[in-house]
Amino acid sequence: MFSASHRLHSDEMSAEQNQAVYGKCNNPHGHGHNYAVEITVSGPVDESTGMVCNLVDLDGFVHQHVLERYDHQNLNVIQEFAENVPTTENLCIAIYKIVQRGFRLAHLERVRIEETMMNAFEYRGDL
Amino acid sequence: MVYLTRKAEFSASHYYHNPAFTPDENVRIFGKCNNPNGHGHNYTLEVTVKGAVDPKSGFVVDLKQLKEIMNREVLDAMDHRFLNKEVAEFSKRIPTTENLAIVIWQRLSPKLKAAQLHRVRVYETPDLFVDFYGEA
Repeated sequence: MFSASHRLHSDEMSAEQNQAVYGKCNNPHGHGHNYAVEITVSGPVDESTGMVCNLVDLDGFVHQHVLERYDHQNLNVIQEFAENVPTTENLCIAIYKIVQRGFRLAHLERVRIEETMMNAFEYRGDL
Repeated sequence: MVYLTRKAEFSASHYYHNPAFTPDENVRIFGKCNNPNGHGHNYTLEVTVKGAVDPKSGFVVDLKQLKEIMNREVLDAMDHRFLNKEVAEFSKRIPTTENLAIVIWQRLSPKLKAAQLHRVRVYETPDLFVDFYGEA
């Protein structure tokens, strides 16, 4: 899980359009979430360890490349959101790309993020 | 394709009864759930839609609109109601959780424009849920 702030705003739209599309999420001061991230990997079970992959390796990778990157940050100032609105849809895709590029020990199936208790988003890698 | 799930809770009562069965058959098949005075649940509904991310807004679908559709089509009709007596579809269909998921799908699917309905999940209790993916 990581805690971050964001603001939903697109420079391609007028102020009124931004208000209409994003409502409260357009607040110029931003707002925050505790994002709960689930990473699902798959693979055969290794006969000698009984594991698909060692969770220490997966946790370590996610901690170093996802949590350290986003935790206690303002998503709007992070490079991948310079030209992309930091909706949780786009966050799912960004985290998927990070894990897919860097974690080789199992096959990445999906990234799921709970933005609040009532909303969750999932990306499985197809565009 | 990104999948978006919105949750909502509603409280409702129901009972299970098939008028084509004898009273004994109804008790044997439905047990305690056959009590004609009904019993209740706090249901949790999860509606999952899928679609491409709009490059301008960054959204699959406007969550406010999805919430309004869920309120109008499902929650206003079912929350704090006796399903057998107050929801039209359940005058002829037993309001099992299976049928509830199907009825909720049938109410929501035609109203969704921007994204496609992928799955309706209904928890009758925290330990029991039904998934319906829309196949006939």
